[in-house]
Amino acid sequence: MMQNDVQTRMKRRGRLGRDVQSKLGKTLQAYFDDVVKEGVPDRFKDLLQQYDERKDKGSS
Amino acid sequence: MPLEPSVREAMLSAVPSLRAFAISLSGNVDRADDLVQETLLRAMANIDSFQPGTNMSAWLFTILRNLFRSEYRKRRREVEDSDGSYADTLTSHPEQHGRIEFEEFRKALAQLPSDQREALILVGASGFSYEEAAGICSCAVGTIKSRVNRARTRLSELLAIDSADDFGPDQSTRAVLSAGGRR
Repeated sequence: MMQNDVQTRMKRRGRLGRDVQSKLGKTLQAYFDDVVKEGVPDRFKDLLQQYDERKDKGSS
Repeated sequence: MPLEPSVREAMLSAVPSLRAFAISLSGNVDRADDLVQETLLRAMANIDSFQPGTNMSAWLFTILRNLFRSEYRKRRREVEDSDGSYADTLTSHPEQHGRIEFEEFRKALAQLPSDQREALILVGASGFSYEEAAGICSCAVGTIKSRVNRARTRLSELLAIDSADDFGPDQSTRAVLSAGGRR
């Protein structure tokens, strides 16, 4: 990372431009959605299932 | 008593974004999935304290965030992290999630202070309002806003974005974006 470069740019800029914000937003959303689209892994479905089964038995 | 079907449904439907949040926080899939598992176990054990009709997703995010922060604090104590080496493990761990296109972005995200990172993800990707994010992080709305702003500024510096056309040297990230970003 070129620290001086970054510092110079930070001094130069106050607020981020709308286009930059929109670009960042889209990348962040795409990065996040990349995981979201994997859905619910089986281990978590099983976890809730097992919890219910235990509770069923435990209450008797 | 077993979970109410509607409660179970709400929990499961929150899992994909909980995982994405956990991966963004921890930078590691295995640790993230453990965090999600722990979150669900806590939630089920404390389901009586969940108020029906309120936001299940926000409740689960709050639990996960608190778990992550206590783990993070513990880890920092253990390794006497001088504000950085733990962050380095976030960027260098081999079992990273995500396609190569997001490599640069993920590294930049990992370099943000964790309070800025979580605020940005809650508001910018998870779809929470500033008010909901403030509730999840137990802080003022204004604090969330300033963290999000600082996170955006820092990210744009790290990724060297000066304008929409200039997206650093990472061609593949640019390709993803021009292909539409949100799928």
